[in-house]
Amino acid sequence: MSWITNFFTSSVGKKVIMSITGIFLCTFLAAHMSGNFLLLKNDGGQAFNEYAKFMSTFPLIRVLSIVTFIGLLFHAVDGIWLVLQNRKARPVKYHSFKGGANSSWTSRNMGLLGVIILFFLIVHLKSFWFEMKFGTIQYVEYGGVKYKDLYSIVVSAFSQWWYVLLYIICLIALSLHLMHGFQSAFQTLGLNHKKYTPIIKGVGLAFSILVPLGFAIQPIYVLLKSMNVF
Amino acid sequence: MKLTLKVWRQKNSKTRGRMETYPIDGIDEDMSFLEMIDVLNQNLIKEKKDPVAFDHDCREGICGMCSMFINGEPHGPEKGVTTCQLHMRSFKDGDTIVIEPWRAEAFPVIKDLVVDRSAFDTIIQAGGYISVNTGNAMEANAIPVDKSIANEAMNAAICIGCGACVAACKNSSAMLFLSAKVSHLNMLPQGEVEGKRRVLKMMKAHDEAGFGSCTNTGACSAECPKEISLSNIARLNRAYIAASLTSEESI
Repeated sequence: MSWITNFFTSSVGKKVIMSITGIFLCTFLAAHMSGNFLLLKNDGGQAFNEYAKFMSTFPLIRVLSIVTFIGLLFHAVDGIWLVLQNRKARPVKYHSFKGGANSSWTSRNMGLLGVIILFFLIVHLKSFWFEMKFGTIQYVEYGGVKYKDLYSIVVSAFSQWWYVLLYIICLIALSLHLMHGFQSAFQTLGLNHKKYTPIIKGVGLAFSILVPLGFAIQPIYVLLKSMNVF
Repeated sequence: MKLTLKVWRQKNSKTRGRMETYPIDGIDEDMSFLEMIDVLNQNLIKEKKDPVAFDHDCREGICGMCSMFINGEPHGPEKGVTTCQLHMRSFKDGDTIVIEPWRAEAFPVIKDLVVDRSAFDTIIQAGGYISVNTGNAMEANAIPVDKSIANEAMNAAICIGCGACVAACKNSSAMLFLSAKVSHLNMLPQGEVEGKRRVLKMMKAHDEAGFGSCTNTGACSAECPKEISLSNIARLNRAYIAASLTSEESI
């Protein structure tokens, strides 16, 4: 094997892949979350549909979305590989294992949380990305220009309470995944420092609460609006 | 004190083991945990039964031989102590205590609570040494070492190689052990020379031995009887990434 394959198949190399793809996916989450706040604009969905068109046609964003898909694929496949390998490292389990005495629940269940998030992503992509790209989507016109009406699809999906509930449960899983993953990514890359590690941990905690919270506000807002609460 | 012990019994590496329950009486709270096991074994010998095999040597927390997984934690519930330094006052009268061997693919059970930890020796043999004879102690100021660096290296060198980090880790990873050995050698001038080769070779030996990878749960450091810091693992990762990218050797 060459030094490159040696590196990426070593236990640290596999974690480096998790770390780099993880940090990249965090930047994606932040961008995706902030852009989608256009759903809350009271204009019948014009701003959101214009934004959706821009995101699905602008070349740089197209390239970035492909990179995001590849990053996600690497993160998921490598994560599953790590879980399987790590299970093999302990073939006989303990009768009594007090993990809570020495580590957080989230840090010990990153694989489980990851699978929940992956399940969510499949549902999420089927509902919106697939519908936008391959579905029978209606068109709307703003100032003589035709736009795919993704807004109506989003609104009809988020008007179902159980769908919103599913979102919130998955966002809690995402929050827990980030609470450990964000700071862990830096530790894996060896970025540990007396001055900066507390800052990284603080930013990580804020990120893992604020980003899923931002995502959660959107379907809750749409649901409440559809129920004529305001 | 009156206790109920649930102990892993396994004849040898080829047979399947099982948990056995032993009631025990007359335990003094000032006894060490191993003295309590000695009492159990004395009782078993009197009953013409096979005593529980367990590793122990210095019984003062520096040799790294004792290795019991007690009530779900390596070396039991107290922080910063080995099993031999754990005392029965940490338990209550009437308690049930579960005692198991370290569990890892790389640490196969030899008998009862004794596991084969030679995978650690294999890691050390791969690079946990300095190749040249450094000779007699030289004039202390000939090679200046900053006090803070010396402290960090010594805090890593304090690792006794007991394997509690592997036992506590959900992945049976030996990263804390490996990082302590790499840190203590790589941070000092005599060891720094071979630093890149060392980290590459020792990491390879770690992976080949069947240890898992690090999820940064921090369980190893929390359970380490010598309280070795997780920052050593970050230093190891840094050194490994840098050595992989810059070393002219392919290891």
